Amino acid sequence: MTVESTAARTPRRSAGSKAGTTGTKRTRTTAKKDAGTEPQLVQLLTPEGKRVKNAEYDKYVAGITPEELRGLYRDMVLTRRFDAEATSLQRQGELGLWASLLGQEAAQIGSGRATREDDYVFPTYREHGVAWCRGVDPANLLGMFRGVNNGGWDPNSNNFQLYTIVIGSQTLHATGYAMGVAKDGADSAVIAYFGDGASSQGDVAESFTFSAVYNAPVVFFCQNNQWAISEPTEKQSRVPIYQRAQGFGFPGVRVDGNDVLGVLAVTRWALERARGGEGPTLVEAFTYRMGAHTTSDDPTRYRGDEERQAWEAKDPILRLRRYLEASNHADEGFFQELEAESEALGKRVREAVRAMPDPDHFAIFENAYADGHTLVDEERAQFAAYQASFADEGGN
Amino acid sequence: MADKMALAKAINESLRRALESDPKVLIMGEDVGKLGGVFRVTDGLQKDFGESRVIDTPLAESGIVGTAIGLALRGYRPVVEIQFDGFVFPAYDQIVTQLAKMHARSLGKVKLPVVVRIPYGGGIGAVEHHSESPEALFAHVAGLKIVSPSNASDAYWMMQQAIQSDDPVIFFEPKRRYWDKGEVNAEAIPGPLHKAQVVREGTDLTLAAYGPMVKLCQEVADAAAEEGKNLEVLDLRSVSPLDFDSIQASVEKTRRLVVVHEAPVFFGSGAEIAARITERCFYHLEAPVLRVGGYHAPYPPARLEEEYLPNLDRVLDAVDRSLAY
Repeated sequence: MTVESTAARTPRRSAGSKAGTTGTKRTRTTAKKDAGTEPQLVQLLTPEGKRVKNAEYDKYVAGITPEELRGLYRDMVLTRRFDAEATSLQRQGELGLWASLLGQEAAQIGSGRATREDDYVFPTYREHGVAWCRGVDPANLLGMFRGVNNGGWDPNSNNFQLYTIVIGSQTLHATGYAMGVAKDGADSAVIAYFGDGASSQGDVAESFTFSAVYNAPVVFFCQNNQWAISEPTEKQSRVPIYQRAQGFGFPGVRVDGNDVLGVLAVTRWALERARGGEGPTLVEAFTYRMGAHTTSDDPTRYRGDEERQAWEAKDPILRLRRYLEASNHADEGFFQELEAESEALGKRVREAVRAMPDPDHFAIFENAYADGHTLVDEERAQFAAYQASFADEGGN
Repeated sequence: MADKMALAKAINESLRRALESDPKVLIMGEDVGKLGGVFRVTDGLQKDFGESRVIDTPLAESGIVGTAIGLALRGYRPVVEIQFDGFVFPAYDQIVTQLAKMHARSLGKVKLPVVVRIPYGGGIGAVEHHSESPEALFAHVAGLKIVSPSNASDAYWMMQQAIQSDDPVIFFEPKRRYWDKGEVNAEAIPGPLHKAQVVREGTDLTLAAYGPMVKLCQEVADAAAEEGKNLEVLDLRSVSPLDFDSIQASVEKTRRLVVVHEAPVFFGSGAEIAARITERCFYHLEAPVLRVGGYHAPYPPARLEEEYLPNLDRVLDAVDRSLAY
């Protein structure tokens, strides 16, 4: 089905509709997004918390235990609590900036829990839930947002790379890393996270090309949260993002990104393909950024309340809770304990951030080079002399 | 054990040695495999080391450098080829925002031993984007090291050292010197990668250059000698770090300095050298540091490049101006 053939149908968003109907002679500046091209989402849990059958993907979560389901719920709740704490800390002036994941918990926990210990993760800067799954201490995620470092954890301790701020760059690193995994004859997989906006970047297209050509064991995990700061997905792509994979010669699938079980199943499938030598896969997790792009952003300038309200009804945490309760997999005691654990996490994170020391002045010069550089040495010495001059005056 | 070979062949032999001695070394780039590169610098390597060590890549420079970063993160030591100087810019983002900064970003936990080979400079009558000298654009970025050999022996040894370096190295190859032959002693013990070398002793003035301009400066010194002027020629070899100690030592002796490079003079490496040497040698200098290089203009079409590039007369003029102070 082509985009043109469905032009008469109802656009999903009014912005797309306006741009698409302003006269007949003008070329459309925004491609219409419409129900006709809206693909089937892989979904195992409905927003009402009902388990629906899926012939293709059920087997990837067939053996899941009530305890594991409670674990996914716990992950999502704690991640949301951590995120809320970080947002508050930014508002209190403790962080310079925060990129909230609110609404994307299922996409991140479902995919993060699908990874194996020896897999390697290349995140963007919003993958706090994936970091949680990889065992990175949440407090360590805050150092760069507080401005005490540009990283904050050893990427090789948890096979979780540092956050990448330049959009899409990490997809190539993931592809190269995956090429190395294949060369080593290892059976681990690599997963690269990026957003719908990043799908417009050349680096993402080049990573698709390279991974396809070299059959690299990499899963491209796009969290389509509908907005690249103020620009809707329609400003990035005329076709659903998962369909891009077809042009590069590997499969793409769209999963309900607010369904943690569906995301877990689809990501497991994609990672197993990678491990089995079948090459790359593109997973598009169809989700929604409930909050602002970052704490510097003001989403009220570009999107209305109705949209957010519609997505609130699809909340990933609420839907799993409904399922847990309806299937008697969790009792009230579990939810109460989790609430207490959640508060404790918030408190711990808050205290850890406030206790973070400013870096030593000389950190400016540290690690610019692995083998050293005479200019850095010279400037470090000048800086030391400058610093020492204050001590001589008895000041500072 | 010294063999006479062309500069391009010396790099080829050096890459061969690196591939033999370290299974983690990879060669990557457009046309580096069967073709052996458009300048044949990688000739025969894929035949002998296979497609998994010498990798023909898609035509995508950002992809080449970006995937090399990923391979380095996995423990490999990729040597990537950018086919021509003017084609590096699609990869400039990956080089500047990722390759240069990842070591610092990781507080030293991650090392990126990636070599980016760039055939650079003019003088071969090529079309647009095939003759540029963008070294200053890279030298301005902390985290990168920039080197450029001027002769076959340095090409051989500096490539070995660049591959062994745990820092990313941008390796600028003077393409107009690819066919110049010189002695290469594969048994020699090379000096430090970033140390300048006096290639001709002199007393009246120092000519400092790197890469393709070293040979020109030697010719200038020969011509000046006929006029009774005794010039010292310094091959800088490394643009970042720059060996200011060696330049200073030479200038304290000769009291005059002319810097020669093909890149535009404006904001070029000569500007940095002039500024720092003025600071270091203010009381030794008998004349301001002068620069000879390209103009602040797009690299011209081939029929005009001899006007654009530093040549014997332009450098001799600068020498005369300096000596006239």
